[in-house]
Parts: sequence; structure tokens; C-alpha cells
Amino acid sequence: MTTNVTGIVGSKRGHGRKALSHFLIIGFGMLMLYPVLWMISSSFKDTAQIFSEVSLLPSPVVTDNYERGWEGAGIGFSTYFLNSTIVAALAVIGNMVACSLAAYAFARLDFRLRRVLFGAMLATIMLPYHVVIVPQYILFAQLDWVNTFLPLVAPKFLAVDSFFIFLMVQFMRGLPAELDQAARVDGAGPWQIYWRIILPLTIPALATTAIFTFIWTWNDFFTPMIYLSDPRLYTVPLGLNSFLDSTGESSWGPMFAMAVLSLGPLFGFFLAGQKYLTSGIATTGLKG
Amino acid sequence: MSLPQTSIDVSAPADARGRSESRPVRGALKAPRTGGTRSLRRRMMLDRAAPYLFLAPWLIGFFVITFGPMLVSLYLSFTDYSLLSPPEFIGFENYERMFTADPKYLESVRVTAIYVFVSVPLQLAFALLVALALNRGIKGLAIYRSIYYIPSLIGGSVAIAILWRQMFGQTGLINQVLALVGIEGQSWIGHPDTALGTLIVLNVWTFGSPMVIFLAALRQIPVYLYEAAAVDGVSAWGRLRHITLPMLTPIVLFNMILQLIGAMQAFTPAYVVSGGTGGPANSTLFYTLYLYQRGFTGLEMGYASAMAWALLLVIAAITGINFWLSKYWVHYDD
Repeated sequence: MTTNVTGIVGSKRGHGRKALSHFLIIGFGMLMLYPVLWMISSSFKDTAQIFSEVSLLPSPVVTDNYERGWEGAGIGFSTYFLNSTIVAALAVIGNMVACSLAAYAFARLDFRLRRVLFGAMLATIMLPYHVVIVPQYILFAQLDWVNTFLPLVAPKFLAVDSFFIFLMVQFMRGLPAELDQAARVDGAGPWQIYWRIILPLTIPALATTAIFTFIWTWNDFFTPMIYLSDPRLYTVPLGLNSFLDSTGESSWGPMFAMAVLSLGPLFGFFLAGQKYLTSGIATTGLKG
Repeated sequence: MSLPQTSIDVSAPADARGRSESRPVRGALKAPRTGGTRSLRRRMMLDRAAPYLFLAPWLIGFFVITFGPMLVSLYLSFTDYSLLSPPEFIGFENYERMFTADPKYLESVRVTAIYVFVSVPLQLAFALLVALALNRGIKGLAIYRSIYYIPSLIGGSVAIAILWRQMFGQTGLINQVLALVGIEGQSWIGHPDTALGTLIVLNVWTFGSPMVIFLAALRQIPVYLYEAAAVDGVSAWGRLRHITLPMLTPIVLFNMILQLIGAMQAFTPAYVVSGGTGGPANSTLFYTLYLYQRGFTGLEMGYASAMAWALLLVIAAITGINFWLSKYWVHYDD
């Protein structure tokens, strides 16, 4: 199915050329990833070595950085990781539930205000967060939600991330309309059609939503910084930043170790959901 | 995208079995017998309300968390408001101050403009070049695509910002590598002339996500175009110039708008690399970083709201200009 363009060009001299392009592509890829690989290897080096070793193979291998880093400065990284996990998990659930409900209404149900509301939803996709941040802060402060996870999580249950509604609408529109009609003939109402027919078929879009929500929430620095000032509630990015502030630049080893750990879940989700991730970027252009 | 046909077959009978009150009769179009008129009416009302019930979370979110706050922040942008005392209406004063009495604001606009207009074109150029290189029927495309995507996955994180801070520091990785070839580097992050450059490099580095979009678009170009060109003896360069690139222009526009909007709102790397100051000498004072400083450190919520609205207007204007310009270079298929 793929457009094999090289198939048109002759094949004999293509051989050497192919080897060369593989070589170039791998070489350039390694160059790009070198800093990250170096950070991983440096997290197993002695701090003094970090400033003298450009090699990717630590010798000797030191795990001391991980032990010292995990303790953090004051509050340990176990707390930060736990907090980040709670926030990310709730955000993922919220987005999957609320966005799929809204998407089903937009994609499959007929109602009077559909066009207007759909337009309003689309208009919010590109809205910069900063335009709403101040009133949102005032609202959440009045609800006494500052220094809780609610400001980070509750909006997800209200389908505020409209990219995902759009993603799922696009996906649901691709499902054959006969499905709904057949189910309706059999006496199923909109709830049953949503829950038993549409939702199971929307799993790829739900997976894309889950992965992106996880990545964004896990990486998010701005929102937690605004709402969380109690160090016991810090998420991993806040923890890393405060670790950097408190130790200055004296302990790069432990810092790298914790930075590497913080990237771990991202790689995990990336590897597990690669298929959904790339198809999701391709259909809606989400930025990772 | 192929639908998993089997799961349709499984879910439909399960649905019919699960319903007890009205036994489905295949092909019968009459109302369910056992229901009675009262429950039928209730059911119809529920069906009519259904769209709004499905939309309820989003509707609440839209009005309470998005649209309402938008209007409030528009109002606040015309006030002097410190959170501690009630907002005081001051007309256009905030906007005037931005452009006439706040050199730091103009500096943040300048820094952000350089960042956006240097890094986005470079990023898109890399994305396009690598996508074209990968789209030659090469083996292992999925693996290469993943490798090039990794920076986009992690590029916005605090972890990578910390890495950047070390890498481009006085004794960091870059200078170590330079020392190997006998060049003595400076602290790239500590110097006002180069600090912004390190952040531009970071954004260009994350060219993976537009690249993935380009790759998907390249697959959509019909093969017959290339076959016809091959029959006519068009060279590889000619095919690129007259088929691939014109067919890609809508996606170039799409990627460009997306990345421009994203870059204008960049925050984390500048904050972490400069320790929240935007230094040295305001050289990494991104727009959003200055907005944060004014609003959440200085508690000037009215001024911060005005800055946010100015940002929204600029984003809208740049997007509009792009669409307007697109008629001169974007190729549409009909």
C-alpha cells in the first residue's frame, strides 16, 4: 500500500545508495540522540567525570547518583513520582470519559445547536492557555482548590482539551452509520449505542488520547507551578526544578539520575503505544 | 484505516441480548410492544435530551473553564487588579503601558519573535528533509521514525531543559566536545548573545512531530502521479519539484501554523535554563515567561490579562496572514 517510489528507479546502483542512506540516517539519528544518551550514561558516572567524559560508557558504573537523587532535597522523589502518577492517571481517565461523551454527541447525534457548538469547540482548540489562566486561578482559589490536585484534574473531566474531542469526532465519523441504524431498529437508545457499539470501535482514538494526555500531563510544568506551592504536592517536573534550585549546579550526577528517571514513563508509554501515537499525530497534528 | 469488522459482529448481538424489556424483532420497524405509551414517551424525551446530556461535561467546561474566563480576562485586561483588592477599571492603560512605558515587555516581544521566526522555519526544513529521506521505500522506516520522534516526546520536559543547562554551560558537554578539537568555548547559556540560540537549537531539535505529519502526507500522494512522470522520463529532481513539493504545500502550511502557535507559547525551557529570570540580560525572556512574572510573581493580574489578550490577537493575526498568503503558494487539488 505504501508508495514505493524507489521501486521505479533502477535497482542495481540502488544497492550502494541504499546502504549509504541507511548509514546517513542512522548517523544523523545518533547525533541527535547523543545528548540524551550521554545524560543517561552520565547518571551512572561520578560527578567529577561528568565534566571530563564525553564517552557514552561509564567506567566505573556508579549507582550512587540514583540513591542520593532519590532522597532529593528535603522531600524525596518517591513523593513526586506518586503525585505525578495520581495526576496523570486522573487526567487520562477524565479526558477519555468526557471527550468521548462530547465527541459521540457531535459525531453521531442530531440536535439543534450542533453546528454552533461544534464551531465553538473547534475555536477553543488553538486558544492559548494564558487567556484563561488568570480568571481560572481566581475561580479555583475561591473554591479553595489551590494546593490540591483538583485544578490540574477537574478540567479534564469537563473535556477542556478539545483537541481530543476533535480527534474522536474525526474517528467516529469514519465508522459506518449503518451500525447506529441497525442498533436503533433493534431498540437500542443513544446510551447503548455509545457504550456498546461506538466506544469499543473508538479504542484506537481513545488510546491516542490516553497516550497524549499522559505525556502532556507528565511533562506539564506551568500549571502545577501555578497551583502547587506545597512541596509535598510537587509533581516530578516541579521536584526536578526545586532540586536544581536547592543544590545549585553542584550535583549534576543526582540531578541527571532523577531527570533520566522522570523520562522513563514517557519512553514506556511511547514504546507501548507507538502505533496510536504516530497515527494520532498524523491525523490531527498534535505536538508531543 | 481498516475497521475491525469482527468486533462489530460481537458487539451487536451482545447489545440485543442485554436488552430485556423490548425483544428485538429483526427488520420490524414498529415500536417495541411491551414498553407501553408512557415509557415510550419517557424514552423519547430522554432521547431528545440525550445530545445535551452527552455534552453536559463539555458544556460546563466550555462555559465555566474556557469561555467564561476568556470574557473575564478580557474585562480584567482593562483593570488594575492585584488579587488582594477588587479590580479597578482603567481603560486602555495596560495596553498603552505595554507599548510605551514597559521596555521589558518590548524586549520579551523581540526575544520571542526571534525565537519563533528562526526556530520554526529551521525545524520545518529539517522535518521535511528527513521525511523525504525516510520516504524512499527504505527498510526500518518505523524504527527510524521513532528515533527521530524521541526529541519531540521529551523536548518540552524539565529533564531536557536541565540537560540543556548543563550541555551549554561553561564546563558542559558542548565545550568538552569542542575542547577535543582544540576550541575553547564560552558559557553559551551565560552569555546574552548565545543564550537564546541554545533554546532555538532545542526547538529545532524537536522536528520529529512535524516530520511524522509530513511522512503521513507523503503516503497520501497518489502513486499514479509518479508512474506517469516516470513514463514521461521526468528526473527524480523533477518529480520532487513538480509532484511531491506541490502536493505537500497544504501540510507545510498546517505544520507551520501549528508550530508557530506552539513556539509563541514556549515556556518551560526558558524558565528552567534561566532559573525563572529570563536572563542573562533578558535574552531568554519569552513572552509567556514575562507574563508569568508579571501575573504570578508580581500579582499584576490586569496587566497579565492584557498581555494574554495581546498574545491571542497576535496569534490570530499571524494565522490569518498565513492563510491569506497561502493562496500564493499552497497547491489545492482541484
